[in-house]
Amino acid sequence: MNDKIYRIVLFIAALIMPIVCGGVVYALVTDAYDAFEHFGFFKFLTSSEWSYTEGTEQYGALPFITGTLMTTLLALIFCIPFSLPVALFVGEYFKGTKIASVLSTVTDLLAGIPSIIYGLWGFYTLRPVIMALDISPQGSGILTASLVLAIMIVPYAASLSAEFIKMVPNDLKEGAYSLGATRAEVIRKVVFPVAGSGIFSSYVLAIGRALGETMTVTMLIGNTNNIPDSITSTGNSMASIIANQFGEADGLRLSSLIAIGLILFLITALINMVGKIMIKRARIS
Amino acid sequence: MATLKIKNRLAKDKLMLWSVCILAALTAVPLLAILGEVLLRGYDQLSWSFFTEPTPTAYKAMKAVEASEPIPGGIANGIIGTMIMLGMAVVVAVPVGILCGAYLAENSKKRFAQVVSYLTDLLQGTPSVIIGIITYIWVVVPMKGYSAIAGSVALCIMMLPLIIRSTEETLKILPASLKEAGLALGGNNARVMLKVQLPAAFGGIFTGVLLAISRVIGETAPLMFTALGCSLIRFSIDKPISAVPLLIWEFFNDPNLQDLIWGASLFLLLFVLTLNITAKYLAKKWNQ
Repeated sequence: MNDKIYRIVLFIAALIMPIVCGGVVYALVTDAYDAFEHFGFFKFLTSSEWSYTEGTEQYGALPFITGTLMTTLLALIFCIPFSLPVALFVGEYFKGTKIASVLSTVTDLLAGIPSIIYGLWGFYTLRPVIMALDISPQGSGILTASLVLAIMIVPYAASLSAEFIKMVPNDLKEGAYSLGATRAEVIRKVVFPVAGSGIFSSYVLAIGRALGETMTVTMLIGNTNNIPDSITSTGNSMASIIANQFGEADGLRLSSLIAIGLILFLITALINMVGKIMIKRARIS
Repeated sequence: MATLKIKNRLAKDKLMLWSVCILAALTAVPLLAILGEVLLRGYDQLSWSFFTEPTPTAYKAMKAVEASEPIPGGIANGIIGTMIMLGMAVVVAVPVGILCGAYLAENSKKRFAQVVSYLTDLLQGTPSVIIGIITYIWVVVPMKGYSAIAGSVALCIMMLPLIIRSTEETLKILPASLKEAGLALGGNNARVMLKVQLPAAFGGIFTGVLLAISRVIGETAPLMFTALGCSLIRFSIDKPISAVPLLIWEFFNDPNLQDLIWGASLFLLLFVLTLNITAKYLAKKWNQ
């Protein structure tokens, strides 16, 4: 095989990415067009109506956007108190030791568990606990979904944060120690400021994960098409409404679901892009 | 006064260490809890027939539950469906992914390569449910029906970015002298890539493929609107087909079949975690 053919073959293989991604955007936009045309783009985003009685069909994405934002935000809040200690454990306190590699294996395995099994565990184990604690009568809802979602994103946030914490130069830390700082002070005054932007970006990427998580949320959020009024009430996220209704939908409802998919795609693409750019910056500095 | 302040600081230091240790240890709890629950509730469902028989109908299952017998049947239809779809996805995604990864590694400075690299990230971050919608529009609608082909297209799209990334990264960390030595011996770029670089990168690429498989094998959402599911054992690729995660979802929604959930979950979980651990082990061995 000569060099020219070789280059052409590689180039053709690389073309697959623009084709697939272009195809994704094209297919989503053309199929969502009906819904946007019928309801108007901003009306679709801000309407909280979701009724499919023949003749007076009315679809809006607001309840699901709210549901997605609430579950993601709560999951992030629940995830920080666990992922940050894991990152410090692996990247600072026990850096390079056997116990640290055990803990990172544990978090890696957590990341490997399929989301449907997280959903089952949430449904059969966590939901009864929530009910027993009298937090919400039906057990499922925003809170339950976010708790399991938080466990699912801990590995992503923790492993990336640990990487940035590991990269903090030793001479900076040694400088602080020589001035008499304790380890806790070194972490607060040296490690966090230096690794801060990297740690922050790892949480941005964790948000990107949580936004699109489907099965777990579908099994635990309660699946009601209202705007959730508290963290214990039921709702639906953008991914879960698609998972629930896509199979039985046609016409305008199908188009509306695809429109929700398009919005979800754009939001995750934006968050991931911001995260990647921040990581690149953090790595360079 | 001064000693009090120092004591205070040291106490804070200790407190920090202990809370980090305790909170970090707590993250192991969900893993153990999930493994424990799936093992305890699932192991007595596993039997020979669980792997060789297809799912029972809801009626049969109801009868068995009424007579308080174990539900007959198993998940053979799901296992075969998963294997077929995964096989087709791997056959396409691995060569294309490796070639695309090689392109990125060889042309990292080119503008087009940077665009491809960015798009790879974009596709990797795309929620799996959206891959499902896309495959529905691309494959299910034109073919006028759900099929194993559609399911494998969805899995293939999900695997591609993972394989591209692992190939690119492994090729990039190979020492440049390796390639130069090959070229100096008179090989052209293609020969050096095939005979020197790819064999040297084999371990990393293989690990990447294993991780990609373990990542998509548990995916449910993209298969719901593409492969749909089927309670028969099928080998045809143009008809609806089942998969293990799809069966779990089916059992979850059908009260009559709920006893089968844990056996199927145990099988899936053990499969995924074994793949994961093998991949990590190989990666470590290869790095040494």
